[in-house]
Formats: sequence, structure tokens, C-alpha cells
Amino acid sequence: MTTTTSRVTVVEKIFSANDQIAALNRSLLDEHHILSINLMASPGAGKTSFILSTIQAVAHDTRVGVVEGDTAPVTIDADKITAVGMPAVQINTGGDCHLDAVMLRGGLQQLPLNEIDLLVVENVGNLICPAAFNLGTHLNVLIASIPEGDDKPYKYPAIYRGVDVLIINKIDLKPYVRFNMDYFRQGVEMLNPGVTTFPISCTTREGVDEWVNWLKVRVAQAKGR
Amino acid sequence: MHELSVTESILNIALKHAEQAEAKRVTDLHLVIGRLSSLIDDSIQFYWDMISENTICQGATLHFERVPAKMVCMDCGKEYTLDGDLTPCPACHGNHVRVLSGDQFWLDSLEIEK
Repeated sequence: MTTTTSRVTVVEKIFSANDQIAALNRSLLDEHHILSINLMASPGAGKTSFILSTIQAVAHDTRVGVVEGDTAPVTIDADKITAVGMPAVQINTGGDCHLDAVMLRGGLQQLPLNEIDLLVVENVGNLICPAAFNLGTHLNVLIASIPEGDDKPYKYPAIYRGVDVLIINKIDLKPYVRFNMDYFRQGVEMLNPGVTTFPISCTTREGVDEWVNWLKVRVAQAKGR
Repeated sequence: MHELSVTESILNIALKHAEQAEAKRVTDLHLVIGRLSSLIDDSIQFYWDMISENTICQGATLHFERVPAKMVCMDCGKEYTLDGDLTPCPACHGNHVRVLSGDQFWLDSLEIEK
């Protein structure tokens, strides 16, 4: 038998399997009228504190569910959320640097979706990989924090380019840290012109109301969908 | 970055299409990757050699074609391509520029033996 060679045209996106599951996640969330957030940031930027501050401000009329992504099998973050009475699931990525749509799907199956208005997905602390994986959530929110330095938009352009909301956290530390806000914002503006931005402090609660008021409008819109 | 999971996706897609084409062996894969994608060719090749072992893709060569990013200026509307670092608009030199495409990544074609 002779061997013949030929060329097969494929043209298939490498992330297509992830994107298909992401689309299923989105439909599931829409069916339950949930507004969902993919929260991304570097380790230590204050993701869990930000979630807790948000929960504290909305808990009287909004039911929040949280999916915590971590690379190690710990439940430190999820425990903090369940301690304030909101449902949370911890996803261990098994060392992987990001959450993907399949992992989130597993998390969603463990949550009481009928009892949730706002879902916050806390991605793995990382400014590179989470940007590449669509989860199917409605809003990409990035937390930058003052102690990280003002050059991060220049060094991690992909994540800044793809976000819908930028939180600048720990602004109470500005007097103690060299952080040129103009330089930072110029970098952001080049990558994501006009992105909605909230400077806040989870410690002093400065700016938290502005963020929460903005968020509540979106939660209400999702409820009416 | 996450080259291992990306390489697994490449293998799954390649095997699916190779089986549909009734291939005995895959010799070459042609991948197209956007200029702004942070994936590293050498790293993908490294994982590829490991995970394609004992499949019909074993020994196949990966070819990467880098395509420029497409940008649009928010101030003057000029569309331009970018083949290196981010630069201001070439027409008005403004910094209000948005990326239209540049982080795409797809498997374009396979070369197979039947």
C-alpha cells in the first residue's frame, strides 16, 4: 500500500473548547438572572477583602455567591465568605495558573443558583494567564493596588486591555508609597480608553459606595433580563 | 504561562481532524498566532514533544506564523497594523488606540500521510 501525503484545512481556534463551555456558563447564569463577575488581580491586591467589602455593602438586598479559585487545596478564602453567610465554593486548579470555563462550570454546579443575584468569581492571583481564558461571566473586573506600583499596565498589557472595570485598591496607602497616578492612568488609557475606574480603599471604605452603586444598577438589569 | 493546557488543546483538535481525514500519521501542523499573544513557541514545542508521544501526531513539526495586530485610533479613526511593541497612532500620534485583533491563536492546517 502506498503512502500519500495531503494537507487538511482546519482553521479551528485553540481556545474553542473553552469558549464553548464559557457560552454554556453564560446561558446558565442568564437563565438564573445572575450578574457575574470575573475578578482578576495579582496575589495580595485585595481580591478577597474587596469581595467582603462589596458583600457588606450589598447584603441587605442582594444575594451574593462566590467561586474562589486557588492553586492549592486550601479553603482560606471560601471560609471567609461563608463566615459572613454567603454561599462559596473553592476550586482547586491543581497548580494551574488560571481558572478556565470547565472549572467554573464545576463550581456553578455546587452553588444554589436560584438563591443568587450576584456571582463573584475570584480568579487565581495572576496578571497573565486569567486574561486568556473566557469564563462566560458578564464583566471582567481587574483590581490594581497602590503597593504593586504604577508600571503594571505597561508590563501586563493583555489583562488591562480586556477589562470592563478597573478598581484601584488600597488608595489609603498612597501617602506612603511612590505611585504616580498620572503615569498609571496614562498606561491604562492607552490600552483601554475610557475604562470605568473606581479608586477605593477596603480599609477606610473610601470609594466603596461609588463602586457598589454602579454595581447595583447592573445587578438590577440582570434581574430584569 | 499556561502552555501545557494550550498544547493539549492543539493535540485534541489535531487528532480530531486527522481522524476525520483518516490519516495514518500527522507530519506538520501550521499554527497562526497573533502578535499580542503571550504564548511562547519553544515552550509549546517542548510540551508537544512530550504529549504527542504514542499518538499519530508523534514527531510532527509545529510551524508558527505570527500575524500582526490590528489597531484603530479612537481619535482620528485610522486603522493600522502593529508588528512589534505598542505604538501611538501613526496618523495623529494620539495614544487613544484600541486593539481590534492580535491575541488570536488557531490551528490553520495539518499535513498528513494516508
